[in-house]
Amino acid sequence: MPTYEDFKSQRIVHKYIDVPGIDEIDVYMQHEGFEGFKKALTMKPEDIIAEVKASGLRGRGGAGFSTGMKWELMQKNVEPRYVVGNDDEGEPCTFKDRELSEKLPHQIVEGIMIASYALGAHKAFIYVRGEFVKGYNQIWKAIRQCYEKGLLGKNILGSGFDLDVVAHPGAGAYICGEETALLSSLEGGRGYPKMRPPFPGQVGGGLYRQPSVVQNVETLSNLPAILRYGAAWYARIGVPPANTGTRIYSVSGHVQKPGNYELPLSITLGELIEVAGGLRPGRKLKAVIPGGASMPWFTEQHLNVVMSFDDITKAGSLAGSGSVIVMDDTTCVVKAALRLVEFYKHESCGWCTPCREGLDWLVKILHRIEHGEGREGDLELLADMGDNISGQGTLVGTFGTHRTFCLLGPSGVSPMRSSMNLFREEYEYHIKHKKCMVNG
Amino acid sequence: MSLSDEARQKIQEIAARYPRRISATIPALYVAQAEYGGWLPKEAMVEVAEELDVPPSHVFGVATFYTLFYKEPVGKHVVQLCTNLACMLCGAETLQQHLERKFNIKINGSIRDGTTADGTFTVLPVECLAACGGAPCMIVDTEYYENLTIEKVDKILTQIATQPTVFFKP
Ligand SMILES: Cc1cc2nc3c(=O)[nH]c(=O)nc-3n(C[C@H](O)[C@H](O)[C@H](O)COP(=O)(O)O)c2cc1C
Ligand code: SF4
Ligand code: FES
Repeated sequence: MPTYEDFKSQRIVHKYIDVPGIDEIDVYMQHEGFEGFKKALTMKPEDIIAEVKASGLRGRGGAGFSTGMKWELMQKNVEPRYVVGNDDEGEPCTFKDRELSEKLPHQIVEGIMIASYALGAHKAFIYVRGEFVKGYNQIWKAIRQCYEKGLLGKNILGSGFDLDVVAHPGAGAYICGEETALLSSLEGGRGYPKMRPPFPGQVGGGLYRQPSVVQNVETLSNLPAILRYGAAWYARIGVPPANTGTRIYSVSGHVQKPGNYELPLSITLGELIEVAGGLRPGRKLKAVIPGGASMPWFTEQHLNVVMSFDDITKAGSLAGSGSVIVMDDTTCVVKAALRLVEFYKHESCGWCTPCREGLDWLVKILHRIEHGEGREGDLELLADMGDNISGQGTLVGTFGTHRTFCLLGPSGVSPMRSSMNLFREEYEYHIKHKKCMVNG
Repeated sequence: MSLSDEARQKIQEIAARYPRRISATIPALYVAQAEYGGWLPKEAMVEVAEELDVPPSHVFGVATFYTLFYKEPVGKHVVQLCTNLACMLCGAETLQQHLERKFNIKINGSIRDGTTADGTFTVLPVECLAACGGAPCMIVDTEYYENLTIEKVDKILTQIATQPTVFFKP
């Protein structure tokens, strides 16, 4: 049975997380801190972009898009241009970015420095979730310490490159994790998503309508090591060529040792659950949500699925934010699904009708089923309403099929649709017997 | 009451960080909320608008969009109790019921229903706090508390009750 000890030497982002005082710049610098950035300063920006692309790094925020490709696509020769770190972590059961902010703030700042240099940005922002008061203060501390060491500001280390970094607080709105809503919020307004195209990297689509790149803070935290050791080194880890590196899996729910585990993308779901201490004694696995609450559910049939972006997609779900929610046989799936759909309903920004009204109806119907007041025909009604939000039978994340302005609406359908596909008999039992099959 | 000179200065200092001052709306609202004892009366929002030179309607619009801005008076300490899935799977409902009984309140998202009679606490149900590794969990003022049990929650709240409120100051 694998334990986390077997994998600890392969950590990249968490390599120094256990070092006492690593959240102080001097200690960080004794542990390879800013070597990646210093290396970057000796390179041509286009060579850094090529290096990041060759590393195979894909976004750790949700969509898993190639970071190097996103950088290549950013519109050139338009000033000013911005880099924005996404530290708004709100996807239910994802908790890696909060830990990175509190424990390894300099690494996030170094990552955004590398990205800014490569992309020619002289101003960068880190959008920190409002609840992360400690994380926000830690990131500011790291930024201030960088100014003191001449790593931020004008003519950094005599290179002629100028950069200012600002940490910006959110204020409690899940939708602001969506990159265009985040930009609206950073512009000072309500967190409404923006129309695409133009994409954030293009004129008209980014921060203050200038070309911008938004990158999850775990993605940013991988950049220092990629610069230090090179793309070839990074690209050997995980499942090359398209699923490289490690990622921080946030494992929660019914496991004995919930927590963040940084593992190569080649780990299987079964191994990951073992690393997280396995299930409680005597319990059986019922369901797993592999990429954050928005993603389709897995069951014990999926224990051999490799937790890479493409393998999870092939198995019918999505890798999303890298969180893994484990539910054992004591779980009522109707209740679990209801709780998640309620979340999306609560977080709907209200901009478009299918999401604002549709999710409200899903909650009403799920609520009555859960509370013994379900009616015949409710399951068909739920399925039909789900289709009217996310498009017929589609997965979240399939652009072009959903009927909403952004992906929050379809995300809210996923827990209901997926749990109903897998455990239809439990829904039917609830309706027929007016009580729960699991908990009575 | 009105914003102190110190708070006004802080708002100006924050506004200078951004290419456009309007971007400081959220942080400025935090500054005002801390000054006004944890919530945002209308005059606080008007003052923020004045400081940033933006229409008051813009500031109202922002304040009403985000859940961490409170539009009515809250208790001395705000308790944000996570009720999302990981915490639910690990016993958050038991904590919720316990606190409802203990304080004779309702934890349903309404500030009035969730505030204790003596005004010491306002308990609100919240969505995932990104601390699911330590589920169930809560935030009191600005501090996270994880791996909660009924005993632990009671102890933490008893200790905090007499302490001054800690506000987030960006
Ligand atoms: C509803 C919704 C919520 C999201 N929340 C987050 C989030 O909290 N953090 C994050 O990094 N990305 C989030 N994303 C993904 C972002 O839109 C974006 O893809 C990501 O920040 C890009 O960075 P990456 O390529 O480094 O992953 C969310 C997307 C959607 C549709
Ligand atoms: S799908 Fe929902 S969250 Fe997204 S824009 Fe529409 S209403 Fe807002
Ligand atoms: S579900 Fe409670 S902190 Fe994530």
